[in-house]
Amino acid sequence: MSKIHVTTTINGDQVEYLCDPRETLLDVLRDRLGLTGAKEGCGTGDCGACSVTLDGRLVCSCLVLGAEAEGHDITTIEGMATGEELHPLQQKFIEYAALQCGICTPGILVATEALLKKNPNPTETEVRYWLAGNLCRCTGYDKIIRAVMDTAADMREAS
Amino acid sequence: MVEVNLWSGLRALADGNDKVEVEAKTVGEVLEGLVKAHPGLQEAIDAGVSVAVDGRVIASSLTEPVQPDSEVFLMQRLKGG
Amino acid sequence: MALDAQKTNGFTQVGTRPNRPDGIDKVTGRARFGADATAPGMLFATIVRSPHAHARIKNIDTSKATALAGVKGVVTRSDFATGLTGENWNILENVMAGDTALYDGHAVAAVAATSALIARDAARLIEVEYEALPHVTDVDKAMADDAPVIRAGAADKSVPEGLHPNVVRYHESGHGDVEAGFAEADLVIKDHFKTEATHQGYIEPHACLATLGGDGKGELWCCTQGHWNVQKICAALLGLETANLRVTASEIGGGFGGKTAVFIEPVALALARKTNKPVKLVMTRSEVFRATGPTSSTSMDIKIGMKKDGIITAAEGTFRLQGGAFPGAPMEFTAMCAFAPYALKNVHQVGYDVIANRPKQAAYRAPGSPMAAFAVESVIDELCNQLDLDPIETRLKNASKKGTKASFGPMFDRIGLVETLEAAKSHPHYTASLKAGQGRGISCGFWFNHGGETAVTLALSEDGTAQLAVGTPDIGGSRASMALMAAEELGIPYDNVRVTIADTATLGYNEVSHGSRVTYASGLATIEAARDAVKRLCGRAAAKWGIPEDAVKWENGCAVPSGPNAGDFDPLPIAEITKRMGATGGPIVGHFEATPEGAGVSFATHIVDAEVDPETGKTSVVRYTVVQDAGKAIHPTYVEGQYQGGAAQGIGWALNEEYIYGEDGRLQNAVFLDYRIPVASDLPMIDTVIVEVPNPGHPYGVRGVGETSICPPLAAIANAVSAAAGVRLCELPMSPPRILAALEKQRDG
Repeated sequence: MSKIHVTTTINGDQVEYLCDPRETLLDVLRDRLGLTGAKEGCGTGDCGACSVTLDGRLVCSCLVLGAEAEGHDITTIEGMATGEELHPLQQKFIEYAALQCGICTPGILVATEALLKKNPNPTETEVRYWLAGNLCRCTGYDKIIRAVMDTAADMREAS
Repeated sequence: MVEVNLWSGLRALADGNDKVEVEAKTVGEVLEGLVKAHPGLQEAIDAGVSVAVDGRVIASSLTEPVQPDSEVFLMQRLKGG
Repeated sequence: MALDAQKTNGFTQVGTRPNRPDGIDKVTGRARFGADATAPGMLFATIVRSPHAHARIKNIDTSKATALAGVKGVVTRSDFATGLTGENWNILENVMAGDTALYDGHAVAAVAATSALIARDAARLIEVEYEALPHVTDVDKAMADDAPVIRAGAADKSVPEGLHPNVVRYHESGHGDVEAGFAEADLVIKDHFKTEATHQGYIEPHACLATLGGDGKGELWCCTQGHWNVQKICAALLGLETANLRVTASEIGGGFGGKTAVFIEPVALALARKTNKPVKLVMTRSEVFRATGPTSSTSMDIKIGMKKDGIITAAEGTFRLQGGAFPGAPMEFTAMCAFAPYALKNVHQVGYDVIANRPKQAAYRAPGSPMAAFAVESVIDELCNQLDLDPIETRLKNASKKGTKASFGPMFDRIGLVETLEAAKSHPHYTASLKAGQGRGISCGFWFNHGGETAVTLALSEDGTAQLAVGTPDIGGSRASMALMAAEELGIPYDNVRVTIADTATLGYNEVSHGSRVTYASGLATIEAARDAVKRLCGRAAAKWGIPEDAVKWENGCAVPSGPNAGDFDPLPIAEITKRMGATGGPIVGHFEATPEGAGVSFATHIVDAEVDPETGKTSVVRYTVVQDAGKAIHPTYVEGQYQGGAAQGIGWALNEEYIYGEDGRLQNAVFLDYRIPVASDLPMIDTVIVEVPNPGHPYGVRGVGETSICPPLAAIANAVSAAAGVRLCELPMSPPRILAALEKQRDG
């Protein structure tokens, strides 16, 4: 099957690639572009480990085809920090030990960044429901929720 | 002599005994002594056992010392998740 | 091992909460997990799996697959070693089926191709001819007279005569006279319990990258809880020399026991050998569910007698564990853990290891213990209800302590059960008021913990910083604990210790990261290796000062004279010694290689409030408190994390998670949508209380903390449901349909 030529923007840079029509955006990011920060936990959109944003909207990259990225603006975990400077969420996740094994962490960070852009002052319940599509098996979510709530408070204060 | 307590499932393999006296100064000698006294225990011991000496569970080391008055229990090999 | 120098206070670093050394890697996507590795010229592999629960494999035709462009090789059972025995044979049989597919999802062939898509297409072209055989998946049915025999001759000598051949191992233990004990009781309660298999549910599927040349030398990268174990098993299954296979552990995306086993690594190596190219093999989620992991399902009978004052007079348990098509269900641990929290004059426990047409069970956090606690602690709760006794006071009255003869035989050393019960009793949660429709449950839990073979080296750098190489993969922040312990001993800043998980070629054998052993055993090894390095540092100072070695001691990162008689010398900082180490005797490296045998057992008490919706049968956990003995918390935040994670997994096991098999013996819910692990909106905050009763077998008193936390939740929630809705659920999970059925039965009287 012939491959499709795609031009897209990833973390602010223009990127071109060829992909099979059946390949997902996650496959392209990981196998063609070497951006392995997004993880495949299920391949069916249930676990959120592959979360990225597409034109600012949170999506599971395992449910988007690589070809569909044409002309869009993708951000991944690799684009979250500014140079050496971590995003406040990243910093707080480390401080609060909001990760144990770390496999779900990129997806959860991308998802929470999207939440805080939409809603800078979420309640605990809102954070829990927003993150209900991001599975974590290690932490019981307690420290994740606390890290998100406290980062949101810090960011509100700073702005 | 050291008195070794077996779990009761092993009785059938130890000629009906659940306590066996063996001459031993280490955990390894305890296990050798058990097989010598009751060869039927060989398979169960080879399958993996731990030995509790005075309440401390020795998971696998054969060199741990045993005193004549030690409380010694044979247990199934410990593992975890 | 005699610990002449146990340190229980005066810590400068241990007990603090610094950021983990690998934190930035893990929040930026830089950390490399199992599926994140690549190699030049790499192929991608896919495994072909049985769609039958039990079937004879009559023929495998690979011709169409190999004819597909891009396909480089196919392997079947004939590509693996022959003549294996014992557990190696069982593992190979599970990794790649021989004559018979034993469960839905059992691997029968594998193919490697130039892309993942081609490999997937090729797998569909491999034609396997099966002859379906009768199957059984339920534990009780597998033991019944009319059950199909899954594997003749699989039973060992422990099994009494007259049992079905699917019963492959037997355990019996206890002491006293239970019949006499029951006769003394004022109330005896007997009940039957069942639990379904649950999966460890790590978010990272198994993944590896293998290279194996014609010279028999190989490299393997994989996500595992124990790479030396992978090395040993892969070498056996492929007929290699162990030392010729170097295994590197990737970062690991969760394990919980499920990654102590070997599944795909030998297959990738066989394909690499066949194609002479690197082969990457990554499981899909449904493969993870169908072919790896789950726990045993269980069927249990419990009988406990109690006096009116709450004293238990006798306890008896029968534990039947289904562990898939292979021996090894941890029924002896179920039996030995069941009554361990209680000092019992009369106790008797029996275990059966039963095979069935399901995937080979793998360890899951305190393997076997949570099910036992579910059954036993439910009966104790019912006794307390009927005798109108306080559940914590009653447990305190019967609690095991130092000197108690344990239900599994020996006498307990110093343990912390009473302390966890006291802390639970005085916790505000225990006396907080409940809303209408809510109920509170209590449960205790027990796990043995483990030491195991351990090797560590600590090499000092010229600038006085330290490189610590450990062999236990970091599943949940253990690098931080190791760095704290090394820094504590060396008297240097935490950030000056770099911790690496070494590969199999660079350290001695390290047992798998299991049995809550990492902070205990690798921690002990780190402390001892650091003390070894300190001894060498003191030796260099002594030589410089021209005084005996034993006249030098180590304080705050400096060598100092041990007393006024030793001489008057200024403290010599570590960096001053290491700067000149090449010229004063060579590199300074501390070592530890041994099998620590002092892992202290651990206990926990959990309190949970649950609310049951009578309309839907849905149970919500509204408040949760974990109280557990850590011995000594090295990095308290990560100890809390273990407590919270175990509780959350236990909540899933209690309420939602289960393997559902159809009449055809096939797994019906092999995706996360249908196998529902707890999500953020399902859970409350999980409060933790760290109790510290030092373990006499560790230099700082550490007890493993990873596993015990999953033991109490099943019963604690069942007891809360009983208190909230007045129905006693004896079968897990307590899913809405089961609770509705129980409520309906109660209404119908």
